[in-house]
Amino acid sequence: MTAYIIKRMLYAIPTLIGVNVLIFALFFVVNSPDDMARTILGDKNVTRAAIENWKQENGYHLPLFWNAGAAGAARVTDTIFFTKSVRLFVFDFGNADRTGTSIGDQIRLRIAPSLAIAVPTFILGLLVDITLSLIVAFYRATYLDRWALVLCVVTMSISALFYIIGGQYLFSICLRLVPISGFDTGAGMFKFVLLPVVIGAVAGIGAGVRFYRIIFLEVIGNDYIRTARAKGLSEAQVLFKHVLKNAMIPILTGVVMTIPFLFYGSLLMEAFFAIPGLGGYTLEAINGQDFAVVRAMVYLGAVLNVAGLVLTDISYTLVDPRVRLG
Amino acid sequence: MRIGTHRQTALCSVKIFAAVLAAVMLSGACGSPPNNPHRAEDRSANYYYDTFMAPPKHFDPVRSYSTDEAVFVCQVYEPPLQFHFLKRPYELEPLTAARMPNISERIIGGAVHTVYEITIKPGILYQPHPCFARDERAALRYHHLAPDDVKGFLQAGDFEHSGTRELMAADYVLQLKRMADPRLNCPILSTMAKYILGLDDYAAGLRSRLQAERAARRAAAGLLYNQNEDEKQNPVRIDYDGIAFPGVELVDRYTYRIIIKGRYPQIKYWLAMPFFAPVPQEALDFYDQAALIERGITLDRFPVGTGAYYIESYQPNRQIVLARNPNYRFEAYPAEGEPGDAGLGLLRDAGRPLPFIDRAVYMLEPEYITSWNKFLQGYYDTSGITSDNFDQAVTMTERGVGLTEQLQDQGIGLITAATASVWYFGFNMRDSVVGGLDEKQCKLRRAISIAIDIEEDLDIFSNGRGIPAHGLVPPGIFGYLEGREGVNPYVYDWDERQRRPVRKSIEEARRLLAEAGYPNGIGPDGRQLTISFDNMMTGSSYAPYLNWILKQFRRLNINLVINTTDYNRFQDKINSGNFQFFNWGWNADYPDPENFLFLLYGPNARHGQGVENSTGYVSERYDELFRRMETMDDTPERLALIKQMHAVLQHDAPLHFGYFPVGYSLYHQWYYNAKPNLMGRNTLKYKRIDGELRERLRREWNRPLIWPLVLSGLVLLLACVPAAVLVWKREHRP
Repeated sequence: MTAYIIKRMLYAIPTLIGVNVLIFALFFVVNSPDDMARTILGDKNVTRAAIENWKQENGYHLPLFWNAGAAGAARVTDTIFFTKSVRLFVFDFGNADRTGTSIGDQIRLRIAPSLAIAVPTFILGLLVDITLSLIVAFYRATYLDRWALVLCVVTMSISALFYIIGGQYLFSICLRLVPISGFDTGAGMFKFVLLPVVIGAVAGIGAGVRFYRIIFLEVIGNDYIRTARAKGLSEAQVLFKHVLKNAMIPILTGVVMTIPFLFYGSLLMEAFFAIPGLGGYTLEAINGQDFAVVRAMVYLGAVLNVAGLVLTDISYTLVDPRVRLG
Repeated sequence: MRIGTHRQTALCSVKIFAAVLAAVMLSGACGSPPNNPHRAEDRSANYYYDTFMAPPKHFDPVRSYSTDEAVFVCQVYEPPLQFHFLKRPYELEPLTAARMPNISERIIGGAVHTVYEITIKPGILYQPHPCFARDERAALRYHHLAPDDVKGFLQAGDFEHSGTRELMAADYVLQLKRMADPRLNCPILSTMAKYILGLDDYAAGLRSRLQAERAARRAAAGLLYNQNEDEKQNPVRIDYDGIAFPGVELVDRYTYRIIIKGRYPQIKYWLAMPFFAPVPQEALDFYDQAALIERGITLDRFPVGTGAYYIESYQPNRQIVLARNPNYRFEAYPAEGEPGDAGLGLLRDAGRPLPFIDRAVYMLEPEYITSWNKFLQGYYDTSGITSDNFDQAVTMTERGVGLTEQLQDQGIGLITAATASVWYFGFNMRDSVVGGLDEKQCKLRRAISIAIDIEEDLDIFSNGRGIPAHGLVPPGIFGYLEGREGVNPYVYDWDERQRRPVRKSIEEARRLLAEAGYPNGIGPDGRQLTISFDNMMTGSSYAPYLNWILKQFRRLNINLVINTTDYNRFQDKINSGNFQFFNWGWNADYPDPENFLFLLYGPNARHGQGVENSTGYVSERYDELFRRMETMDDTPERLALIKQMHAVLQHDAPLHFGYFPVGYSLYHQWYYNAKPNLMGRNTLKYKRIDGELRERLRREWNRPLIWPLVLSGLVLLLACVPAAVLVWKREHRP
């Protein structure tokens, strides 16, 4: 297993270099350092001299990939790509272009609010989805199953924005039970995360229940389930002891892949609930053409993706002893 | 699952549900409604609550230039002058200055220069700040910090000790020198370098010293030198006093002088902006420590000022809190204003010491809809109005603009004020089709100006929140002409019966178009006239507006080609002169007609160099009038010149003047002294809150409703009955 993990980590290096090059190229295809300077310096009195000065001060006066004017290795090292990207590999994200603040500090600061929403939403959503899908599977081929499926399709078809605005309207404006938006630390956090967590879980029920129902129905059709029933086990015992256990591999695949992205936050949820998390940070950076932050967040996403894939592989060995990594 | 287990689970769920309900009801009973986004313990406090939509970029007064930053920066930093809170037209008065600047003339190098001598009041103290903290031996306590000393620190307020000191004229001189520091990117450096003696040379001197230091470091470090990282660990210190700067003189502890090349009376307005506020050397030395830079604790985030407030908590991703400066000197609420202020209750607090509010809490609200709803619930004290909620807030009555019944019932007040800005359409005066000063080309532009019905534009797209412009100077600024006198006679006729201007008919526009050589929009070559329209209206929400513009041109049978780009590309195009017709705006820096009329001054029309005169309009007559008007005081002679300048512009029509936007804002009944001041941004100190009334009304408006939730729970339980029956039947199948 250790050898496998080391091998996968080594594979990750070219992937991350590729991601770095790609995000750099994509960003500078649509933006020039001049554009960045103009956006960051503001709307008024942005003179050519001010743009040149900003570029000089922030290291964007260099060529992008290749410095023909330099000699030797400086042709590569004296470029925007090298000076801005190499330190990412040791997770030194540098400073934001817009505000000059440390990106690492911001990530550390914002990761907790993102997780405060994402983790409970994920856990609650998972529990509700699995429970409901087991119940639907229990009532398979009845009118309850059919209506549940119709309901799932309906809830899946509704935009996430509707859930958010509808939820805020119902619970905060009409019933006045929770704040519309905001955030606090410590115990004060509870009243702010309650609504987004419930909305997040409810919004995912349609897709989740349909997905897990299919998995459970596939398992229910197997011979060993028939054997369990023949042994005289109740339907509940069959479902929770045998079906659920044997459905764990596909469930884990989805779950473990999702876990790393919980750190990334949700753009929509954080914007509408004013959660000071990483989703909002990324959105601000994209709007403000802050290359340093965009690059750091995409890089972080790539690292989390690689980590998610490795974790998924490892989790297979935990739930299915037949799987061996090598 | 056994039925008994079902029962237990159901019982458990009911208990949890009851516990949540009890918690909600208890919180309501305790006085703070459960939907209150603020801390319950602050419910009756003398706090002001407002929002910000995006984290501010800069709090360093030499860098900060946007209105969303000014909300904070202007409460902390104090330039020598300020705009009177109540008087209109806008009037300057001393803030930290003991009196208005003493202006004299001096001959330097054979040329006349103007000297502004400013004396500040003695005894003004800075806010408590760790940069001033001293130890038992009177040495500065926090000026030799190691990384471990600030481990876990997030804010300047995390230091245990703080201190203060008296404001000195040297602090103002230091700030003037900081304007030239190339690392700070002062946005007004190029403007000030035109007027302050020697500022450009001083900036060049600082730049060359910085470059020499960097070159030396690069040579020493070798190939892997990273300037940003190196300067974080070992900041470059430039000796500001090591280079001569003749434009500023320190006279004594409380007096300094600014020397202006020639005459530039508008400098007085700049003296009321944070660019000219004091910065103490102790703050620069304190924040220049690697340990603090590493932690992001910088002057750009944690200001040090003498203002009525200081930044108590800076969390740009959540909230920014301003707290009353305990060292603030005595300053009284003004005792006089403009006529009518007394009737509006704006003089009730006359003579009382400022500030009134203890804390101002600004919460990050990226989405307007949430901040609007919180305002209606009473959790924010003031709010703007957008097109989305305009109908919910405002109705048009016979007497003009009014609030809807819902808002009136809540006791909400409305303020409207024309902003010191203009939103216009411009022509490229160097373009062979729409440009030029030939009479035919002027007629073409006039025809287009008539065809674009700005009144309809305002009605459809801005809910009437604007005043059609007949010139460049907006209401409230010297030079704005009302009534018949101010009408643009080439686009409007004066209707004596209605006592208002009426746009000329489209037939008149067509006649002008024909006289311009395009009868029915067809040019001399027999082809339809085509004009390109450059704009920055990206996004589908602008589609109706662009369609409306197309319709306006279609009325003249002109083919309009719409070129929509992002703001950067748009600026590039305008800057390089690569456009025909465009749409842009201008927000004034100060309330002087010069700050609008310079937009068409010939020498400012240098495409390729970051233009102010983006149309490229050059008129000898206009330029000559501008030069005479530019440096005059607000006298009848100046007004006469402005009238003549407008007459030239109205004839030549380099712009469709567009409109002056009108800002609408709302405030709750517990918020006092709500008078818009579009120039002075340091107005928080004049505002007053009745915290008790606010809390009472908040509780009244936000009583939680529990019964719909109970009912929903019961319905859900009933819905489970058929399922339970099904289970029972299955489990008891024979």
